[in-house]
Amino acid sequence: MRSVAITSVKPRERSKARPAASAAGSKVYRPYSNWFYLPTAIIYGVLFLVPTFASLYFSLTRWSLFESKFIGLDNFKLFFQEPALVKGFTNTLIYAVITSGSKVVLGLLLAVLLTSQIVARGYLRSVVFFPVLVSTIGVGLTFTVLMNPEKGLINESLGLLGISGPGWLTDPKWALLSVAAVDVWKGVGLATLIYIAGIVSIPREYIEAARVDGATSWQQFWRIVLPLSRPATVTVIILSLIGGLRSFDLIWAMTRGGPGFTSDVIASVIYKQYQAGFYGLSTAGNVVLFITVTAIILPLSWFLNRKEVDL
Amino acid sequence: MRFRPGTSGLALLAASSLVLTACSAGSLGSSSDSGSKGSVEITYLIGNQDQDIAEANQLIKDFTAKNPGITIKTETRPAGTEGDNIVKTRLSTGDMPDVFGYNTGSLFQAIAPQKNLVSINDQPYIGNLDDNFKKTVTADGQVYGVPVGGFMGGAVLYSIPVYQKLGLKVPKTWAEFMANNAKIKAQDPGVAPVIQTYGETWTSQLFVLGDFHNVSAVDPSFADDYTANKAKYATNPAALKGFEHTEAVHDAGYENKDFASAKLPDGLKMLATGKGAHYPNLSGVVANMVATYPDAAKTVGLFALPGDDASKNGLTLWTPGGLYIPKTTTGDKLDAAKKFLAFVASPDGCASQTAAGAPTGPYAVKGCTLGDDVPQAIKDMQPYLDKPGSSSLALEFLSPVKGPSLEQITVEVGSGIRKAKDGAARYDEDVKKQAQQLGLAGW
Repeated sequence: MRSVAITSVKPRERSKARPAASAAGSKVYRPYSNWFYLPTAIIYGVLFLVPTFASLYFSLTRWSLFESKFIGLDNFKLFFQEPALVKGFTNTLIYAVITSGSKVVLGLLLAVLLTSQIVARGYLRSVVFFPVLVSTIGVGLTFTVLMNPEKGLINESLGLLGISGPGWLTDPKWALLSVAAVDVWKGVGLATLIYIAGIVSIPREYIEAARVDGATSWQQFWRIVLPLSRPATVTVIILSLIGGLRSFDLIWAMTRGGPGFTSDVIASVIYKQYQAGFYGLSTAGNVVLFITVTAIILPLSWFLNRKEVDL
Repeated sequence: MRFRPGTSGLALLAASSLVLTACSAGSLGSSSDSGSKGSVEITYLIGNQDQDIAEANQLIKDFTAKNPGITIKTETRPAGTEGDNIVKTRLSTGDMPDVFGYNTGSLFQAIAPQKNLVSINDQPYIGNLDDNFKKTVTADGQVYGVPVGGFMGGAVLYSIPVYQKLGLKVPKTWAEFMANNAKIKAQDPGVAPVIQTYGETWTSQLFVLGDFHNVSAVDPSFADDYTANKAKYATNPAALKGFEHTEAVHDAGYENKDFASAKLPDGLKMLATGKGAHYPNLSGVVANMVATYPDAAKTVGLFALPGDDASKNGLTLWTPGGLYIPKTTTGDKLDAAKKFLAFVASPDGCASQTAAGAPTGPYAVKGCTLGDDVPQAIKDMQPYLDKPGSSSLALEFLSPVKGPSLEQITVEVGSGIRKAKDGAARYDEDVKKQAQQLGLAGW
C-alpha cells in the first residue's frame, strides 16, 4: 500500500511547512485585496451566519412568527418530553441503519456484478443508476399506489400466487420497513456507482498475482476486492447514514409518519411541529437534530478514516 | 430622431391611461360608482378545494356585476396545516392579499387578529350576523370577519336505502347505534356498518369532535374548565366517550375492510352506492358527494352522533369560515374590500353561494334561506337547530385549545394500535403545547 502511504504523508508535510513560512516572512502574500471578499462575505453572513445564530436564539423562545418570548431552555425540555420523539428517535436509527446497511451490501454485490464481463454492461449500469435521478416525491407517490393493500399492483400480484400480502404502508409493523425498502431501491444506484469506481481503481496486478498463486474467485473477492474497496465503503456508509438520519421527503410522501405515529422519524416530528405553529419548539428540534447527526457522524468518520491510514 | 406612427400611438395611449388612473386614484374616497374610470383590483386568497373555488368565483361574478368599478382576482392556498403556515407567514411578512378566507375559532385566535386584521365593528351589517358565529371571529371585543359558507354539522351520514331494507330506526343512543351496526353486519355482509377513511387522517376525528354536544350536555362547564387546564379528556368520563367509541367500532369489526388506506372520495362512494351504512363526517362533504352522485341528495340522511341519553341527544356544529381584511390593505383597495365583505354578508351573497353548489348547512346571516332544493342530509340538520338546546358549537369554537395531533391519535385508536384511554391521555399532552404557545393562564 505504498501509494496510500505517500498520499497521506504529503499533505502533512505541506501543512507543517506553511506556518514556518508565514512566521519567517513578516508580510503574507495575498492575491486579492480585502474588498474583493466583501460580496461573498455579505452573502455568507446574510444567508448562513445570521440564520444560524437567529435559529439558536429562536430555539430559546416561544415564537408565533408575530412575536417571540424568551423562555430559556423550556423548548428543549418540552421537545425531549414529546412522546412522539422516543418513537421518532428509534425509528430514525432503525431506518438509517437498515438503509445504510442494505445499500452497502447490495451496492457492493451489484458493483461486483457490473464490473465483471457480462453482456450489456453499460446499459445495466445505467439502469441501476436510473432511480437516483427520479424525484423522491414522485417515487414515493408511485410506490404508495403500488403498495395499496387492496388495489395495489404488489398485493394483486401476490394474490395471483395465492399469498395475501400485508398492508405495506397501513400496517404499523410494515410501514417503516416498506419505506426503507423503497429508499434502498432508489439510493442503491449511487452506492453501486461509488463501489464500481472503487473496484475499477484496484490495480489489475494484484488479481493477476493472486490468480497465479491459485486463489479462487471467493478468495480474490474476500482478500483483495473487499479490503481495497474500503474507501468506497467508508463513503457509502457515511453518505447513506447521513441521508438516513435526516430522511424526510420519502417518508412524508408515503406515510406522513402514519399510521398514527408508527413511522415518524425526527425530521417528520419537527415538520409537524412547524405545521402546528410551534415555531420555537421545532427550531429547538432542528438544533437537536443537528447535534445528533454531528455526534454520530463525526466520531464514525474519524474512526473509519483512521483505519484507512493504517492499511 | 424618427418615431414610427404605431409606436407613438401606443406610447400616447399608455401615457394617457397613466394620467387617467392617477386622476381616479386621487379623486377616490367617496365611492367608485364612476364606472371604468375608478377601477380597483383587489386579490382574494382562498383555499384550493373545489367547493371553495366554485363559491368564490360565483361570489366574485355576482359582486362585480353590481360593482363594475371593482375587479377581484383569486389566489389559492392549500388547506389544512400547510395553509395555516402560509397564512401566518404572509401575514407576518406583510404579503397578505387584500381579502382572505380562513378558519374561525381557535385558529383565528392564533393569527393575532388585533395586530394583523382590520376590525369591521363599525359596519352596518354587523347586527345581521349570527351571534354564535360572531363569537368565533371576535377578539378583544372587536369583530374581524364575515361568514363564507354555512354552518356544518359533525354527524353521522347514513344510507337511507340500507335503513329501509333492514327496517332500522335512526338511533338516539350509542347502544341503539351499535345494535343497528350488529344487524347490518349480520344481515348484509356486503355492507360495511361504519365507513372509516384513515387514508385522509382528518376524517378519523369525528367520533371525538362530533361528540361534543353530548359532552356539554352532561358537563356544561367542560369548555371553560378545559381552557383553564382543569378538565382533561382522559379523566372526564363524558369526554373520554368519543375515544372509546372510536375504539369500539374497530374492536367490533364494523369498519370497512380498507379503512386504513381508503380516502374521503372512497368513503363517499361507498355511502352513496349503499356499500356502507354510516359515515361519521362533516356535513360539508355532502355538496361534494352530491356533485359526483346526484342520487345521494335523496338517499343519504344525517343524524347527530348518539350519546348515552336519548333525551339530551343533539348536533355538534362548526361555524362557517371567515373572510378577513389584513391591516396591509389600505386606501381604495380597503374600500373595495369592505364592500366585498358587505356583499358576502348579505342575503344576495348567500343566494350567490347557494347558486355555486349545495350548501353545507344554514347560513350565519339573518335573512338568508337555504331554498327548497337542498340535499336530504342538510334538511335533517334543521330539526336539531330549531329545537332549543339540541345543538352546540364544537369545542374548537368555545376554547382556543386544540392540539394538532388529534387526527394521528384517533387513527391509532381506530386502528387498534392504541387503547382509548391511552389515546385520550396522549391528546391531553398534545394540547398542552398549544395552550403554552398561546400563553394561556394556568398551563
